[in-house]
Amino acid sequence: MFPELFPARDLRHAIDAFVEQLVVRYADVLEAMSQPVLQALVWLEHLLRVAPWWSIVLAVFLLSLAVSRRLLLSVGMAALLCVIGLVGLWDRGMQTLALMIMATGLSVLIGIPMGIFMGRVNWARRVFTPVLDVMQTMPSFVYLIPVVMLFGLGKIPAIIATVIYAVPPVIRLTELGIRLVDEDVLEASRAFGANPRQQLLGVQLPLALPNIMAGINQTTMMALSMVVVASMIGARGLGQEVLLGINRLEVGRGLLAGLAIVALAIMFDRITQAYGQRQQGVSQ
Amino acid sequence: MSKIEIRGIYKIFGRHEQACLQAVQGGMSKAELLGKNGHTVGLRDISLSIEAGSIYVIMGLSGSGKSTLIRHFNRLIEPTAGQILVDGQDVMALGPRELEQFRQRTMSMVFQRFGLFPHRNVLENAAYGLQVQGMPKSEREAKARHWLEQVGLKGFEKQFPRQLSGGMQQRVGLARALATDADILLMDEAFSALDPLIRREMQDQLLALQAKLNKTIVFITHDLDEALRLGNRIAILKDGELVQEGAPEDILLNPANEYVQAFLQDVNRGKVLTASHALSERKALTLTTRTAPARALERLQERAFDYAPVLDGRNLRGVLTQSAAQRALEAGARDIAGYLDDVASVPASTGLDEVLGQLLREPQPLAVTGDDGEFVGWLSRKKVVQLVSPALDSAA
Repeated sequence: MFPELFPARDLRHAIDAFVEQLVVRYADVLEAMSQPVLQALVWLEHLLRVAPWWSIVLAVFLLSLAVSRRLLLSVGMAALLCVIGLVGLWDRGMQTLALMIMATGLSVLIGIPMGIFMGRVNWARRVFTPVLDVMQTMPSFVYLIPVVMLFGLGKIPAIIATVIYAVPPVIRLTELGIRLVDEDVLEASRAFGANPRQQLLGVQLPLALPNIMAGINQTTMMALSMVVVASMIGARGLGQEVLLGINRLEVGRGLLAGLAIVALAIMFDRITQAYGQRQQGVSQ
Repeated sequence: MSKIEIRGIYKIFGRHEQACLQAVQGGMSKAELLGKNGHTVGLRDISLSIEAGSIYVIMGLSGSGKSTLIRHFNRLIEPTAGQILVDGQDVMALGPRELEQFRQRTMSMVFQRFGLFPHRNVLENAAYGLQVQGMPKSEREAKARHWLEQVGLKGFEKQFPRQLSGGMQQRVGLARALATDADILLMDEAFSALDPLIRREMQDQLLALQAKLNKTIVFITHDLDEALRLGNRIAILKDGELVQEGAPEDILLNPANEYVQAFLQDVNRGKVLTASHALSERKALTLTTRTAPARALERLQERAFDYAPVLDGRNLRGVLTQSAAQRALEAGARDIAGYLDDVASVPASTGLDEVLGQLLREPQPLAVTGDDGEFVGWLSRKKVVQLVSPALDSAA
């Protein structure tokens, strides 16, 4: 038996009490703060579901064409989206798409500044690297409980859980990209009197862009892998369909929903990768 | 007043540089400090003063601190102790904003590995310094175009650095540095990464530009030939200490110690030393074309010379031999003007390698003439040999 240095049970209780206090005191405030995000998500979801299917397909086609400049790839992306519609999951797919866009957008919004900060400040890197490790390895159900307690069931906890899980890659790769910028090139910009902002925007960020894009790509992939977990706490969409399949032992329902998730993943992946590759082509 | 003046610069690398400063100032050696505190002495008590409009070469082997030193001029590296004055202004007293201004306006820099921005094309690279200054796009691009043309890169504006050869990339670096119109140009081993032929070409181009622009250039190199070719003055560093400082010939003729001597071993001395360094010590007897033959003969015999240079005003006209003087006397000529033999001469600025060629072709004595053709003295064959190959001379 491992010697007991302090009563572990008490520690557990203390944490429980702390979270309870948090819920009692701050749940309202936090919910109010999350309102703008919720409204944006609701608006986006509404837009995607109301818009005619062909306009969404066309938008994906044009976006993919603008980013990759490859016709065949763009046609493929549009076709993948049509597959989701063909298996009867268009509406669910749009719900998931809205959630993904929102979660990925938030991750990028948080991740890139965070990555820049860690790339430029050494102590920040030492402090936050282990935090990122925890975020990536801690089972998501562990933080789902307090998040649901604080925000209730629904879209917001789903987004928070997704962001926690998906944000580390974009932070890590932004940081890596900033640190990999050639010291000689940065020194040259300093020697010509560039201020820190000019160094960041004119040299570090453009040169780190291929790495940042790789980070965004990883982040979208990880966000998609959270779809099923997110639906457990009330987010609708393809994940819900998978859960239904599991609950009712309907293999067909689960498989089709799973394939639709894969189709979305391939779309996100190819489009962000194509953008990253084009950036790389420019800078090397 | 010199353009750049640095006084008592110390640089110690490590966590507690200030704490170690006293020990180093007290004379602790580099190895001792490294063993005791794990700190490295980068520079020790360096004082230099650099004149405006000159090319000042700082040279040393790798690890001698020369690249560290040049980064002190614009404070890319902060000194542990010491003063840096540029145009009489204390650079150490500048705040962050002022320092940025100072780097934008007063000094620009060329780097060993070019330091070009891979995501910008040649034109945008050359315009970078001006962009940082906040100059409008059309204006800065016009200026960048001008300087790209000056360095011979017209037509390459839309290319990216990776598409250019090393020499061309460094020309972009040079254009970028020149475009800011800064008075002072810092060149950190700017040509060291280039192959010898291109390096030579770039040196020529730099000298040609310098003749037009008259900037103050601080040039770092590990190549003594390059230092001697470019430098108006040379400072030699070793292990962060200043070993010798002076004009190129001074260093070549009077090396301060064995380290400098070793440096000088492989140098092509014939290229640096000129005819003016190899003048004969023989007190020259000069005659003029108006001298009477009897007087000329008398003076030649008085000193037992076979010949003497004959001047017309200050210009060398020819040489009078004893026998010619004799003939003139017998012929009863009024002066010696009609009895002169031709004499070969070389300008004082001719390199000794060229002089050597002439000496081998001409058995006759060689006269050395100054800028305006005036007679300076006779060339000493013995001295030429001594200067060109001192080792050969001491072995004999």
